[in-house]
Order: sequence, then structure tokens, then C-alpha cells
Amino acid sequence: MTEPVLHVTNLRKSFGGVCATDNVELSVAPLQTHAVIGPNGAGKTTLISQLSGDLTPDEGMIRFKGRDITHVAPYRRSHLGLARSFQITSVFLDMTVLQNVALAVQGHRGHSFRFWKPVSQDPEIVKPAFATLEQVGLQDRANDPASDMSHGERRQLEIAMALATEPDLLLLDEPMAGMGPEESATMVETLKGLKGEKTMLLVEHDMDAVFALADQVTVLVYGRVIASGAPQDIRSDEAVRRAYLGDEA
Amino acid sequence: MSVEAKTNRILPIGAIGLRGWVMIAVLAFLAVGPYTAHVLGQGFYLDLATRLVCLSIAAVSLNLILGYGGMISFGHAAYIGLGAYCVGIPAYYDYTSGFLHFPLTIVVCGLFALITGALCLRTKGVYFIMITMAFSQMVYFFFVSLDEYGADDGLTIDYRSEFPVVDIEDGVTLYYVCFVSLLAAIYIVHRIVHSRFGMAIRGSRSNEQRMRAVGYNTYAYRLTCYVISGVMCGYAGALLGNYTNFISPEMMDWTRSGELMFMVIVGGSGSLFGPVLGALAFLQLEDQLPHLIQLLGGAFGDLGFSELGQGIKDFSKHWRLIFGLLLILTVLFARGGIDGILKSIERRRRD
Amino acid sequence: MDTALLVTQLMNGLQLGVLLFLLASGLTLVFGIMDFVNLAHGSFYMVGAFVSASLVLALDSFILGVLLAVPIVVAVGVLTEVIAVRNLYPRNHLDHVLATFGLILIFDELTHIIWSPEGISVPLPHWLQGQVELLPGVILPSYRLVIVGAGLAIACALYYVVSHTRLGMLIRAGASNRTMVGALGIDIKTLFTLVFAIGAGLAGFAGMLIAPITNASIGMGNDIIITAFVVIIVGGIGSMKGAFVAAIIIGLIDTLGRSYLDDFFKLFLGDEAAETSAPAISAMLIYILMAMVLVFKPQGLFPPKVR
Ligand SMILES: Nc1ncnc2c1ncn2[C@@H]1O[C@H](COP(=O)(O)OP(=O)(O)O)[C@@H](O)[C@H]1O
Ligand SMILES: [Mg+2]
Repeated sequence: MTEPVLHVTNLRKSFGGVCATDNVELSVAPLQTHAVIGPNGAGKTTLISQLSGDLTPDEGMIRFKGRDITHVAPYRRSHLGLARSFQITSVFLDMTVLQNVALAVQGHRGHSFRFWKPVSQDPEIVKPAFATLEQVGLQDRANDPASDMSHGERRQLEIAMALATEPDLLLLDEPMAGMGPEESATMVETLKGLKGEKTMLLVEHDMDAVFALADQVTVLVYGRVIASGAPQDIRSDEAVRRAYLGDEA
Repeated sequence: MSVEAKTNRILPIGAIGLRGWVMIAVLAFLAVGPYTAHVLGQGFYLDLATRLVCLSIAAVSLNLILGYGGMISFGHAAYIGLGAYCVGIPAYYDYTSGFLHFPLTIVVCGLFALITGALCLRTKGVYFIMITMAFSQMVYFFFVSLDEYGADDGLTIDYRSEFPVVDIEDGVTLYYVCFVSLLAAIYIVHRIVHSRFGMAIRGSRSNEQRMRAVGYNTYAYRLTCYVISGVMCGYAGALLGNYTNFISPEMMDWTRSGELMFMVIVGGSGSLFGPVLGALAFLQLEDQLPHLIQLLGGAFGDLGFSELGQGIKDFSKHWRLIFGLLLILTVLFARGGIDGILKSIERRRRD
Repeated sequence: MDTALLVTQLMNGLQLGVLLFLLASGLTLVFGIMDFVNLAHGSFYMVGAFVSASLVLALDSFILGVLLAVPIVVAVGVLTEVIAVRNLYPRNHLDHVLATFGLILIFDELTHIIWSPEGISVPLPHWLQGQVELLPGVILPSYRLVIVGAGLAIACALYYVVSHTRLGMLIRAGASNRTMVGALGIDIKTLFTLVFAIGAGLAGFAGMLIAPITNASIGMGNDIIITAFVVIIVGGIGSMKGAFVAAIIIGLIDTLGRSYLDDFFKLFLGDEAAETSAPAISAMLIYILMAMVLVFKPQGLFPPKVR
């Protein structure tokens, strides 16, 4: 068996009395799409934030590509090949769509202590940014202000910014959050396009999307992993049905 | 459309627009107006303009961190003072070379910005505002305690910085040195905010977490920006010290920092030329408001309401009350400042 | 070391400490509950000094003057909140500092119009002019003890109100979770006005206490307000306990630093070096303390639990 891209052991994080991540174990194999599902407040965002470095775990270890990154700063993790998207859309509304992605490309291209040359005339940045926009189908909106975009388009841009850093592992926090059926379908298409090319850890609420995309599913309830396995096994798992799927089915 | 053709539109070149014309007009006026007044024997305007230009440089430097970087520093007057003392203290010991004064300013302000910035930037929001304020007050009290250099009473600078060829003892020459420095400051900020560094700074203003997630060490970029701004403001202070021939801790009282902030906000924060417009508006208002109130009183007097008119005239010495009110109204109703107003006129014309 | 001098300096430090606490407690309450930064808080300190000065002179009674001045300053606080400050709550912190900076100009100019550009001195009644022999050989002005006593009494009263009354419960709830207070069905607007006015009253009271010593003068609030900011940064913004502890620490450090730092430096510096460097360093002492606290506890000594 090949070494997993991401390997999480004993991860624990609590806020005051609430244990948001409780002894979580997780492994993501190369080029797999691994879904994390669970009801609201299960600790999915908290998990992603610890993986991205925005939160420091109380206990446990995070290994990425064989390296212990538990205490590595978020921006360094990005350079190591870890990218995340946010559940709450975090694009720069005062910039154009292309500028948003260009900013992500730039973040990935070494340091930014370059004070003189305008970015907009820098093909090293603009070309890859434009290529990334094409990947998510936003190339026609390149020069529109991000504030003019629909919610669905902003979610696409959110993904584009993560992709622009050429990550080895994509952490996607509810990419379909707040989307209508049509917009969701577009997003599923985009993610299907990435499947098999990128390793992904996908947090999602939308069950159809999860079962359409995931190779592996982990179920999180009250910060704890209650089940993990192939989608069809999870679907038929009694504990999962009771704890989580029951109220959706 | 090719990538190049599309990307060219990120930075609209060609159309100058209303804001551009206003900038050109103001700069053209500053280039010839004060000198003309000086030749016509109105030296007062040259003085006013020199002060305006020095404070404009300071406002431009504050705008770099406040407007583009979202770092709300309430302590920028400290750099004006530090810069001025970097001229005054060496001059006190008869070291008058500008090649000592200005490098010293850069080193001192750079170091102060680096040390205090490193601490301030560990915090956010209100903490940042208050801490920058506190550090500037620290510098203020530091100079108040230095009896050797005049303490509260300040220090007279007998000789301005000496440079070969350029003699800034001459008021006109000093003015043009300041004016060219302002042009340079504006151009430098323009280049910086469109560079990679500038994009990193502007991104960190809106969403630091997102910036870290795409690989930026936001702390390092912000600190660097803070230092650049501090050095630039210190440079403005060194010029101001040369112009006034006198320095005192009062130059860096925290209320001075507040005024500097208002120049940026009134002009339009985060716009290239806004701070200059703001400094212009601020100094003009400070200068003209008492006269305006007098005029108003006169008008009422002419209309037959002589008592009311006289009352208004008498009130003109309390112009600060109106000034304070105007500041609050600006904050409440005109957050984009003058630049914002110009922008909305521009937009309406286009539609 | 001269014990009498030391005790006197300790009392001076304590006096500065309680004054700082009276200012900082209002600031920290207003910030904790309304998330509002008020630069003009020092203006209430000034207004308090002027109002009490006028009343004391007019009524020829110190106690009566101060007692009447407190509700007047509270009323000024209410007016300020209703007319100006209320509209600023939804704005960001930058707008807060800018608008309240404008408020300072207005307060200073109004004081100028109502009173005079010169300060007013406040006479102390005879029974407060005396001196007290605190310890054998340690003689202190009795009014100094009154200031410290009054300040500590207010601190206790505040502690009681915050920890034992319904209002205090709302204040604590508001400081840790703003939406919760709304959910409790409390008229949040009134609560905000009340808290703001209490803050104004506390600052005004500090101004009244100090007026007989320093006179009431325009701009008197603008210097001390920055020190009050240092207090709440060190104590942790929003924390009452932090404000108290930090106010006392800073009052003591500032006062003792100014009188003893040169002696301390002489222990390892030459006399001349010590005497030239001590004033500069002691002027910066509290800021250095603030910087050190920031390095180790960026949220202050007593960070509020949830924010
Ligand atoms: N910053 C925080 N402070 C305190 N509690 C938090 C914080 N973030 C999350 N929580 C709590 O942790 C739990 C998990 O939250 P979250 O990770 O957002 O869940 P999910 O993303 O699965 O909906 C919730 O009970 C939430 O209230
Ligand atoms: Mg979530």
C-alpha cells in the first residue's frame, strides 16, 4: 500500500467544555476523494481548520506527505501543497475575479517582497491565473468585480483560489453550501473534473454529491468518528443511519 | 480575446477621468501657484504650501498602511516628530549635513517602526489602534523628559540641513524639494500598491485568514509595509522640521495623529491622491473656517439682522465646534471622502 | 531609604491608580458591551471637573457640589449617547475613533464657551485641607486619602453591581455574548444608554476628585485617556478585574518610576548617566510594561473569556 497523503492520529480539540474534535483518526490515500460527513456542529469545520493550521489542536498529530505538520504555520502548509476552501465564502469582493485567482497564484510563487513591477503585467502570474479560471468555467467573468458574481459563481471562485496554489491535497469545506440544485450540479461537475487528478478531502452536506464523488467516507458525530469506509458500506451502516442519515432519508 | 487583451483591463490605461484631472490640476497648481504668490510678494502662501506638502507626504504614507493595508495606526505623528528631531538634535551639536540628517531619520524611524510594529501587529482591531496610540505617546513623553533638547518648550533649529548644490535655506528651494518629494512619494506608493507586495498587503486588509491559506506570511508583509510607511512619514517630518526651524513634542501629540488620520479619511482612504486632497481640505478648513463664519455673520448683518449677524461673527472664534461637527458628519455620511465623491460623479457621468 | 517618602509615593501611585481605574472601568464596560471605542471618554473627566468646580464655588459646599455634579455628568453622557454615539454602534472601529475624535473637539470648545479658556481652581473645605499622620513620621494630605478611599469604595460598589445585581448580570451577559442579552428580551437600547452613562459618570467622578489638586482645565482628559487605554490593554479589554489590577499596577509603576528610577539606576550606572537616563526611561516605563505584556499575553492579563 502506498503512503497516505494525509494521516491524522488522535486529533483532539475542545472549546471550553465542548469537545469539537474528539480523538479523530483519518487517512487519505493519494488521488482519492475522501468525504467527511456529519450533522451540523459535528466538528467538520474545526477538523478542516486544524488540518489547514488555522486552529492548533490540543492533542494529536497531523502528517502530510510523511511529514509532521501539526505545528507548521498555515502559510507554510500552503507552500507544502495543502489548500483549503472556506465554508463561508472568502473571496476578495473589492477585486476582480482574475485578481482573486492571481493573488492565490502569487501566494504560491515564492515570496512577495517585490515592490515595483505591476502584477497585472506579469505573465508569470496572470497566465496561470487565467488557466485556473478556465478549469472552473469562470473565464468569461475574469475582469468583472467579484462583488458582481452570484453566490454559485463565488463558490466556484473559492475553489479556483484553492486550485491556483497547485495543491497536492484539497480541503473543501462544504463547497455546495447555500447553493440551489442547478448551481450544485455545476459544482459537482467541476469536482468530478478534479477527481482522480487531485487528492481531496471533501466536507459536504449534500448526500447525493457525496455518494457521486467519494471513494471513502468518514462519518463524524459530536467530534467523534463513528464510521469510516466505502460509500456503499456507510450507506448500509446501521449506526450511521440512526445517528445521521435517518433524519435525511 | 487573448489573455493579454483581457488582462490589460485590470489597470485601465488611457482614460484619465475626473479624478485624474483633479489630481493633475492640483499638482499643476502646487507646481506654480505658491511660487507665483511668492514672486508677487505673498510669501505667506509659500509657507502654507510647504506645510501642506509636508503633511501631504505624511498623509500619503499613512494611507499606505491605513487605506491599502487596513492597519489603523493612531500614532503616525510620532514619526513626524522623530524625523524632525533627527534634524534638530544633530543640528544642536552643529552637525548640519543633510547626508547625516536624512539617513539618520530613515534608520531611526525604520527601527522604531520595526520594533513597535512587530509588537502592534501581534494584535488586531481595537488593540492595534490603542497600542499604536500608546507608543506614539511614549515617544511624546520621551522627548518631554529630555531637558537637554528643550523638553516641553521645544528646540530651535538654527541651520537647515545642508546639501551640496541645493540650498534649502532658501524658502523657494525648500518648497520645491518638498514638492518633488511629494511627487516621488505618490509615485512610490502607486508602484507599491500594484506590485506583488501591494497585492499581498491589500489582500491582507480584507481577509487575513484567506491570505494565509493561499501561502502568504501576512505578518511579515504587514510589518514591512508598516516600516515603509513609518520611514516615509519620518522623511516628511524631517522636511517639516527644516521648514519650521523649530521642533517640539507637541508635533507628535496623539491629537496630531488624529488629524493626520482625518486627512486620509476626508480625502478618501485607499485612493492614491485622496490623502493630498484631504490634507488640502483639512488645512484650508482650519485656516478659512473662522473667516467663513465671519462672512456668514456679515451677510446676515447686511440683510438687516444686525444682532444675529454680530452674534455669528462673535461665534467665529469658536470655529472648532463647527470643525468637530464637520468631522463627525464626514464619518457618518461621506465615508469615501472627497475621492469617493469624485468617483461617484465619474460613475454617474459614465452611465 | 526614606520610609516617609516611600509611603507618600505609594499613596500618590495609588491615587493615580484609582483615578485610572475610574476612567478605565467605563472604557472597558462600553467596549465590552457595545464594542465601541470612545476616544472622547476623557471629555467626561474634564466635564466632571468643570461642573463640580462651578457647583462647589456656587454652593460653597464641596460635598454638595460633587453630589450634584455626578447626575449632571451622567445626563451629559445620556445626551451624548442618544444624539451621537448610538448612531455609531453599527459602524466599524475606525469610524468610532474618528467620530469620537470629532466629539473631543466639540466638548473642548463647548467647555471653552460655557466656562472659560482658563482653568478653574476648586477650593477644598477646611476639614479636607489638613494632614493626617498615617504612621509615625508619615504625614499625608487628608484629601489624598479621601481620593484613594472614594476610588476604592467605587471599585467595591462596581464589583457588587456587576457580580450581584440584575443589571450586573446583563452586563456580564452582554460582555460575553451580545446576542444573548437581546434574546433575554431586554431593551438593549436602554441598556446601552445606561452603560454609557455609567461610564461617563465614573469618568466625571474621577475628574471631580482630581480638580481640587490640578484645577479643571480644557484638554485635561486628553492626556490621561491614553494612560487609561494602556490600562485596559494591559488588563485585557472588556475585563473589569483586569482594569482594576492594571490601573493600580500602572499608577504605582508610573509614580514610583519617576521618583526612584534614578536611585535604582545608580546601583549599576554612574551617577551622571543615571540622572540623565532615568527621566527618559521613567517616562516610558508604563509603555515598556505594556509592550512586555503584549509579548507574553497579547490579549492582556485577564482576557475576556469569549469574544
Ligand atoms: N471558535 C470557536 N469557539 C467556540 N466554539 C466553537 C468554535 N468553533 C466551533 N465551535 C463549536 O465546535 C462545534 C463544532 O463546530 P463546527 O466545526 O463548525 O461544526 P460543523 O462544521 O460540523 O458544522 C460546535 O459545537 C461549535 O459551536
Ligand atoms: Mg462547518
